[in-house]
Amino acid sequence: MAKTGLHDDCALIGMAESDVGIVPDKTPRELCVQVTLDAVRDAGLTLEDVDGLITCNAFAEPIMYHAEAVAEYLGWQPKHCVTVNTGGGTTFMAIKMAAAAIAAGMAHTIVIAMADSLRSHMTREQAMVVQSSSGHPHYEQPYGPTVPAYYALLARAHMDRFGTTEEHFAYAAVSCRAWASQHPKAQKRDPISVEDVMGSRPIADPLKVLDCSLVSDGGAAVVITRGDRVSGSKQKPIYLLGYGEGHAYEHISQASDLTTSAAVMSGQAAYADSGLTPNDMDLLQLYDCFTPALLIQVEDLGFCAKGEGGDWLASGISQPGGHKPLNTHGGMLSYCHPGNPGAMFGLTEAMLQLRGQAGARQLSGINTALCHAQGGIMSSHATLILGNEDPS
Amino acid sequence: MSRPIPRPSPTEQPFYEACARGELKLQYCKPCTRFLFYPRTHCDRCHSPQLDWEQVSGKGTIASYTVVRRAVSEAFTAPYIIALIDLAEGPRMMSQVINAEPDALAVGHTVSVDFAAWSDEIKLPVFRLQGVPSEAGPSHHADSEGKT
Ligand SMILES: [Zn+2]
Repeated sequence: MAKTGLHDDCALIGMAESDVGIVPDKTPRELCVQVTLDAVRDAGLTLEDVDGLITCNAFAEPIMYHAEAVAEYLGWQPKHCVTVNTGGGTTFMAIKMAAAAIAAGMAHTIVIAMADSLRSHMTREQAMVVQSSSGHPHYEQPYGPTVPAYYALLARAHMDRFGTTEEHFAYAAVSCRAWASQHPKAQKRDPISVEDVMGSRPIADPLKVLDCSLVSDGGAAVVITRGDRVSGSKQKPIYLLGYGEGHAYEHISQASDLTTSAAVMSGQAAYADSGLTPNDMDLLQLYDCFTPALLIQVEDLGFCAKGEGGDWLASGISQPGGHKPLNTHGGMLSYCHPGNPGAMFGLTEAMLQLRGQAGARQLSGINTALCHAQGGIMSSHATLILGNEDPS
Repeated sequence: MSRPIPRPSPTEQPFYEACARGELKLQYCKPCTRFLFYPRTHCDRCHSPQLDWEQVSGKGTIASYTVVRRAVSEAFTAPYIIALIDLAEGPRMMSQVINAEPDALAVGHTVSVDFAAWSDEIKLPVFRLQGVPSEAGPSHHADSEGKT
């Protein structure tokens, strides 16, 4: 059946990740170049077969014309070349923009590549300041909020409104770590308990350091191609079944609702686009920059009723062996979080799982995955639904 | 590294001039009969450019708060309290709650505005804990938190 979206007729056919975690020997640009080449090779192609490049900028090495600089480094003159930046949601918006560019005839095969080195090529203070600079320069930043503080404001409001507890948030960190312990590349692999999270160093009450995502280096890339070029792919193609966005505000002090996010809008749009429901999702790859963000997404994307995200996480349903596996690479809480590229690893993991290449943590009988990312402070959202069966 | 200091645009100037005098002024949209914040050239509901500056009560309630244990930079000394304040007149603003024990804070507690110098030219609104919400019992007096 023909679908109405712009993405109906293309598929993800290649992917690559760099080393992740602490990778001091490469600059962000070098990581971006590496994953571009590796993703194209994974697809069984060469750069001559690819005519588009989409990247996002790097905090640790900002470049005015980033995508062009990456192409130049490779001695490559792609037909379509653009840098995008919508915070953490960049990844999935870039996938949609690539699909739209393909539908518009701007390119037939596009690499989307992102990398940054917040860990090794910035000081801790630089990394904190550059990230908190998302706050309003006149009406937020002068008061000294940190990014954890912004999310702590959401956490406190959720606790007050729904009776959510600090332990509920801790279960999100425990779940992601349980998955990461099965991933040989994860930056943090030692299993943790709720007590470990509760006893970890306070950062911005009620958040402790184990409620916060990692600061990492790393990059990842994917290759998307037009439908008529999918057959004969080297790898099992992964299809874009649905997409949605939601944009509620930019600055947290302008949010009309602190406990329900525009993930509701983006999720509903993606479900409508795909004709699928939350029950149909075999794998959830959500944006776990901080544990409360993960809890709120679980609710807003319809995996439990509003206010019950804490009980959902505490039930173990998202952990290895549970029937709603969540962030099977370990998420940004335990796998890696190099900044804007953070959600790329949610996408590459979903592709590995849908291809059946996830090694020891491979899920059985998986056909669909929901990938979600948000930018700002739960401000702008993008949801991508993927499948490993041709929908046409 | 120093604390970020606002550099007001002409549109914002009345807000900061009022702060310097110890007054909290917000823009009021007559067609919408509502206050708005932050300062804008146009109402963010009806988009009228005709906005009047009016002094407000400086009273509000805590919509949410956090005690920052790890400061954003060397310019700040942790712990300090960041809060979202719902002003009595409607708009919400981010601010600091000063001179309060973290354990004394709760969502819904009432606060009142004060002004603190951020630079030689700029004073910013900050808030002091006023008491517990009326349904939770009798409210404390404003100055019971003590001066530090
Ligand atoms: Zn108006």
